[in-house]
Amino acid sequence: MSLIQLVFYFFASLAVASSLLMITRRSPVYSAMFLVLTLFSLAAIFVVLDAHFLAALQVILYAGAILVLFLFVIMLLNLGYDFEPDVRGRFALVVAGGVGLVLLAEIVALLSGAEELPPVDLVTPLLDAQGAIGAVAEPLFQNYVVALEITGVLLLVAMVGAVVIAKRRTV
Amino acid sequence: MPLLQESLALSAILFVVGTVGVLIRRNAIVMFMCIELMLNAVNLTLVALSRQVGIEGQIFVLFVMTVAAAEAAVGLAIIISIFRHYESVDVQHFRLLRW
Repeated sequence: MSLIQLVFYFFASLAVASSLLMITRRSPVYSAMFLVLTLFSLAAIFVVLDAHFLAALQVILYAGAILVLFLFVIMLLNLGYDFEPDVRGRFALVVAGGVGLVLLAEIVALLSGAEELPPVDLVTPLLDAQGAIGAVAEPLFQNYVVALEITGVLLLVAMVGAVVIAKRRTV
Repeated sequence: MPLLQESLALSAILFVVGTVGVLIRRNAIVMFMCIELMLNAVNLTLVALSRQVGIEGQIFVLFVMTVAAAEAAVGLAIIISIFRHYESVDVQHFRLLRW
């Protein structure tokens, strides 16, 4: 087993373990912390898969921004230590486990029936030629520039919407 | 190709864990975190397949991340607004649109 596989399996097991801990811990703060760990191991896996720019974004955006937002809301609503136990009862656990197994079986069946992709490597030559950021940025600002602009508008709408919804109604 | 099958398997497992999490928790914030986990599992699929399908997979992940950030901001604002009304983030207390 090569070193890269070893790193992959280490972070993959870390991601699975921390995601399982995330859905079973009672305290929302612990859940948020284990979500950070999961997203961080996913960032490491992105590095293994040669998506260096996305790995950096994953750490900055998810572990940096979104999780801070989650923790901020948990603290704001005072759910840090004064939380109600919220894991559903035994019946719901069985149903959820059944649904999960069915979903997993569906995905496995779908993947095993899929046709093989051609064994080409399209990303590595691009990364060698343009670097980690250039390879992503060039098509982003040429072919997908309209989508990029619309994304900017979407962020503006989300920002205004979040302020309007969360604002305390006075008068 | 290196690690494609393994990445897809990991992505499937994380997606299922997220689904189960949404189903077994009643805390709206934790359900929301599970949805973020499912989005990330799909991102992993896109990144893993981008090696053979093209760099567009990674660009798509960029857009998914942006939409996830916008969704998190609006969703948490809605949760704050609901908490003001019901003094709880437990979804079994939100009965306005339920039977």
